[in-house]
Amino acid sequence: MSESETQTPDRKELITEVPSALVSIRNLSLWYGAKQALDKIDFEIPRKKITAFIGPSGCGKSTLLRCLNRLNDLVDGVRMEGDILMEGSSVNDPEIDVNMLRKRVGMVFQKSNPFPKSIYENVAYGLRIHGVTSRRELDEIVERSLKQAALWDEVKDRLDDSALGMSGGQQQRLCIARALAVDPEVILLDEPCSALDPIATGHIEELMQSLKDEYTMVIVTHNMQQASRVSDYTAFLYLGELVEYKETEKLFLTPASRRTEDYITGRFG
Amino acid sequence: MFTWLCGGALAVCVLLVLVLMGILAVNGFGYFWQKPVDLVVLDDGTALMGEIHDREEIDEGDGPTGRFRIRMKLGNRDLTGSDFRWIDQDRIVDQSRPADALVLERMEWGNFYGSPVELRRDGELLVAGVMDIRSTLPSLHRKKLALLADIHELETGAIGDVNYEIEERTRALRKLQLGGGDPTRSDASQAEIDARNRAYRQLAEQLSVFREELLRETLVMEAADGTRQEVPIGSIVRAIEPNSLDTGEAVSLYFSRIREFLLDDPREANTEGGIFPAIFGTVMMVFIMVFAVTPLGVLAAVYMREYAKQGWVIRAIRIAVNNLAGVPSIVFGVFGLGFFVYLVGGSIDRLFYAENLPAPTFGTGGILWGSLTLALLTVPVVIVATEEGLAAVPRSTREGSLALGATKFETTWKVVVPASAPGILTGIILAMARAAGEVAPLMIVGMVKLAPSLPLDHHFPFVHLERKFMHLGFHIYDVGFQSPNVEATKPLVFATALLLVVIVSLMNLVATWVRNRLRSKYASSAV
Ligand SMILES: Nc1ncnc2c1ncn2[C@@H]1O[C@H](COP(=O)(O)OP(=O)(O)O)[C@@H](O)[C@H]1O
Ligand SMILES: [Mg+2]
Repeated sequence: MSESETQTPDRKELITEVPSALVSIRNLSLWYGAKQALDKIDFEIPRKKITAFIGPSGCGKSTLLRCLNRLNDLVDGVRMEGDILMEGSSVNDPEIDVNMLRKRVGMVFQKSNPFPKSIYENVAYGLRIHGVTSRRELDEIVERSLKQAALWDEVKDRLDDSALGMSGGQQQRLCIARALAVDPEVILLDEPCSALDPIATGHIEELMQSLKDEYTMVIVTHNMQQASRVSDYTAFLYLGELVEYKETEKLFLTPASRRTEDYITGRFG
Repeated sequence: MFTWLCGGALAVCVLLVLVLMGILAVNGFGYFWQKPVDLVVLDDGTALMGEIHDREEIDEGDGPTGRFRIRMKLGNRDLTGSDFRWIDQDRIVDQSRPADALVLERMEWGNFYGSPVELRRDGELLVAGVMDIRSTLPSLHRKKLALLADIHELETGAIGDVNYEIEERTRALRKLQLGGGDPTRSDASQAEIDARNRAYRQLAEQLSVFREELLRETLVMEAADGTRQEVPIGSIVRAIEPNSLDTGEAVSLYFSRIREFLLDDPREANTEGGIFPAIFGTVMMVFIMVFAVTPLGVLAAVYMREYAKQGWVIRAIRIAVNNLAGVPSIVFGVFGLGFFVYLVGGSIDRLFYAENLPAPTFGTGGILWGSLTLALLTVPVVIVATEEGLAAVPRSTREGSLALGATKFETTWKVVVPASAPGILTGIILAMARAAGEVAPLMIVGMVKLAPSLPLDHHFPFVHLERKFMHLGFHIYDVGFQSPNVEATKPLVFATALLLVVIVSLMNLVATWVRNRLRSKYASSAV
């Protein structure tokens, strides 16, 4: 899998330490059956910052992201080595409740996936799952989440309409509101704008900036401009390996690896 | 060329359906329309009065003869023995429509055609002559109808209640005696039964007073051949002068007959009156079936699609389920008789209704067993449709729920199953359509030609699942092919068939409406 590089900068130059790590990925390898999708990934994700994963498609970005909330558990034939620690404890610990982990680590998907329910029920769903029954509390949190997701003004008069009648950008913001409603610490976003037009993309990016102070966010993106616009740290993955990881500005201006440079200058990918 | 062939095939199918509906509609709706009454005199001097129903060319085996014959409904079954008669038109020497012709629809013996002669009270002359009878009869008849309603009220109300209480208490008493209970209690309940028996006798007396009152006045009628017949006013359903009806009267008569057909109990071995119990039985049977088949089918489908490992076992089961849909329905009937009626019903009787034995309660055909048998028959349809609905819910929707911390159970029941509701409803619609038209298996698990009481009434526990029930499909068969008077009931068969089609369509329409509402409310591109 790993091609030897012409000149090999040492790890310190390629992968930076972060000031306050929330998630530590430790030597993580993952196989789908016989196919290896991640190869000894090892880095840390900082608290209350936006971290971007970039890389050509098929390099393992989504796979890595889905390890963080253990969504890969559902795939048959997945095997993992290494570990992921969140605030020091392993997310793969059989003792921990995976549903509580997923409550802490919310996720927004590449293709917006609102439930075939009303707008209100979409946001209230996670709350109901986690035992909120009081109508007042539900109303309050739904409103707050929709406001946080900058959607409230657009939908406040039609909360009972089907979520599937909204535009793509609205649906994606609804999915963000849905994730926010259960009060997560981390929000994972897997190419949240890939199906959206530039204006809707702009909305989502603004939204991310406004949420940055309160949440740790990890965004997978195909789009290097987006990564450089929104993220504080960027990880470049290539063929299942972590090639380079550092502050976004540094990665884009002074990449240490040839492969990173080739990728961000558009020579491949 | 091929397109034309396909289009042609479709056109033929549509045409056949339209012709079917057309025939049903014309014959069915025509049945309620009052025809004029003709007085016909034949060459031998015989006079006949009745409605002309058909006219056809006489065929003596070697081609058309150019001669015609007509079929007349003559009624007066108590005098002549048969309702209908074919008459060669050549033999008719005189034909007229007498203005005073009177048709009596009677509770018994069918219609009477003739002219009124006089009204009697207690055998004494009350009024005579057409004009006087015309002015007296309607109010007298209305009084009798009111009395009839009172009688009905008394029979089904007070007397029914007392009977029911006596039955219940007798059963309780027997239970007490079987269990060797203490004698003071059984004495007490015996006293209660006696009190109710006295109440019953009082009510019965009142009833016989009413009955006598009902038969006090009679109308003397003269048939076309001069025979006289005395008809008690209380036994007349309707008195019509068909040859002097104006349009308004004809129309209101038409609708009053349709109303009777839809809302009344049958009379005269189902050949007259209404078919309400059959409508009710059909609809209730289908409802119970839906209640049974929906959870069964949905649970099975959810297990097969969401939980089971998709190996050869599940594949084999899926094939078996699909084949189940192709098993002849009578086989399900036999199974229902053996399993539900004899095994389950018999066990229930031994456990809970021992005091009634050897008379069975659940150990005989009833609406519950009929519904469950049909639920079994239609469950493959629901399973297949539900599975399709579930399969159409995209993986991303499930992941969206799981990513919020929902368990698989919550995801399945709060997101996936609701999202496949349109698919599930499609299955239910198909199941209902199938079940409402199914007759064969029901014939051995509880359907009867005449049920003494509806399976739903005001006696606790209101729904009586053990009772036998009537069904439109069986009614058609019974009226059309098992009645002594097939000629007379042919139109009734059409009307009933039309009604069955209408009811099935109506239930489907409602279900489809619900589904479409669900769909448009939560329109998902995938479902
Ligand atoms: N469920 C799966 N089963 C088997 N292989 C998979 C599965 N999901 C992803 N892969 C493979 O793993 C590799 C990484 O995929 P992914 O993480 O989706 O890439 P990215 O998101 O960077 O485009 C790809 O080669 C892909 O084919
Ligand atoms: Mg991806």
